[in-house]
Amino acid sequence: MFDDLTELYHQLLLDHNKSPRNFRVLPDANRIAQGTNPICGDNYTIYAKMDGDVVQELTFQGSGCAISKASASLLTESLKGKTRAEVKAMFDKVRDLITTGHSDGDLGKVAALSGVHKFPARVKCALLPWHAVAAAVEGRGETVSTESEKE
Amino acid sequence: MTDRAPAENHAGGQRLTAMHPHQAVNWPALRQDFPILDQQVHGRPLIYFDNAATSQKPRAVLDALVHYYERDNANVHRGIHELSNRATAAFEAARVRAAKFLNARSADEIIFTRGTTEGINLVAAAWGTKFIKRGNKILLTEMEHHSNIVPWQLLAERTGAQLAYLPINGDRGLLEPGRLDEFLTSDVKLLAMTHISNSLGTINPVAEYCERARRRGIVTLIDAAQSAGHGPLDVQQIGCDFLALSAHKMCGPTGFGVLYGRGERLAETPPYQGGGEMILSVDFQQSTWKPAPHRFEAGTPDISGAIALHAAMDYLDGIGRGNIAHHDQELGAYAFEKLSALPGIRLFGPTMGRAGLVSFLLDGVHAHDVVTVADRSGVALRGGHHCNQPLMKRLGVESTARASFYFYNTTAEIDRFVEVIREIQMFFGK
Ligand SMILES: Cc1ncc(COP(=O)(O)O)c(C=O)c1O
Repeated sequence: MFDDLTELYHQLLLDHNKSPRNFRVLPDANRIAQGTNPICGDNYTIYAKMDGDVVQELTFQGSGCAISKASASLLTESLKGKTRAEVKAMFDKVRDLITTGHSDGDLGKVAALSGVHKFPARVKCALLPWHAVAAAVEGRGETVSTESEKE
Repeated sequence: MTDRAPAENHAGGQRLTAMHPHQAVNWPALRQDFPILDQQVHGRPLIYFDNAATSQKPRAVLDALVHYYERDNANVHRGIHELSNRATAAFEAARVRAAKFLNARSADEIIFTRGTTEGINLVAAAWGTKFIKRGNKILLTEMEHHSNIVPWQLLAERTGAQLAYLPINGDRGLLEPGRLDEFLTSDVKLLAMTHISNSLGTINPVAEYCERARRRGIVTLIDAAQSAGHGPLDVQQIGCDFLALSAHKMCGPTGFGVLYGRGERLAETPPYQGGGEMILSVDFQQSTWKPAPHRFEAGTPDISGAIALHAAMDYLDGIGRGNIAHHDQELGAYAFEKLSALPGIRLFGPTMGRAGLVSFLLDGVHAHDVVTVADRSGVALRGGHHCNQPLMKRLGVESTARASFYFYNTTAEIDRFVEVIREIQMFFGK
């Protein structure tokens, strides 16, 4: 029935949406950033515990669509233990993947987001938590927004 | 649903009038008037359920646009030549037609605008700046569209006035007429409210509200964006001072609309924008301006918009707006009933007497996921806050999914849509 949708809603994403990983507040976080999308009402908080240059722990809280939630969940799994520079490099690769459908190098499970590029209206959903984590790791404890309201 | 008198029913909603028995209209045949409906999207027949955002346009309206640009195009009120005369006559004929459509007392009460949003901004900027003072209150309802909130916020900021909101009774989305007096305090100068809620489908008893406000000398404005073209609309029966509508939601073109203003209100209202068309004479330091409605129409207007709206109004009255209201509400009630039977769904708006739209949320599925998947099945829905963020806050939700109907939609399409909703629930593992 929904053949063409299974690329967007990859089985792995549906699973992460239903049972998000690292979905909790991190009490000893030393970096926190928020990502919001005023149109969808997506709203996530990313909690990071940095030890020097390295992401020791990464969790998130919030609500939104299946794509943004699964993306956030995958992100917390894939960035743990990475250095700030590695997070930045990963961010660039993931952005390529989400906007074009491919990207250099092995992205592991995050590759499940490759179907998003065929749904332009949903690109911002998938990218939202990545913007937030970039802000958190760089110590810009701010609210990042995918866009201003327009409907 | 059978015919009923337009009286308020006990659920508090109000019929838009189905006073005349449902005349035989060949609804399926009307579909043929809309070329756009005959297409597939993503390989499935298009089911267009985003009519509250904008309606589709019948051939008659498209023809009027083409005819104008192919035969009569010229600037209005300026030329002496034949084409200019024709364009001017057609433009002013549309004004007379709009006055008749709304049962205004005179065509001078009809101002052409870019749409509902501009109509409300015009009242706020021109009438409001002159008459709203520090400490005055502007009374709205919790179900207003952003376009009937933000212009008043801007006015309040400029003048030191305050905003107050008539509350709704939770998910059913009804105002409580019993509480109106509580809010009609002596500092209230304006009541601005929507006729039909674009998120809830609530039909507000606006005539009663205007009457009660007017008795206290409160000026009233009705946002008719969702009601115009969906049923009879009579400004004298409603008794409002201002009423704004958008052509594009009633088979007309985008970027065009009407602001009705009661004659005595317009007479006391200063200009909105300055420019050509609206002046009597211009000197180096000072100008004098025309009376209403031209005082409020600076610059070359959207002539083709007026002409296309004229065609749309003729088209709608050809079907009969009472018939349209009846059919709309039948579709709304049918969809509401079918969706109510599903597990794991939260429905918004009145259970009875609703307009032709249904807002809902599925347990565990975000509205945008519903809309994305429905789109792949050919069903065009809307998901989001519908420019009703304060209302969403009041309902305690971020967004809803919405199916909104017009007379060319069918119960068969609703059946298919409900099937798709079931498939979506299954897809997301419910
Ligand atoms: C209730 C209501 N008011 C106002 C508007 C604004 O209409 P427009 O964007 O055509 O000015 C809309 C349409 O979105 C609406 O549904």
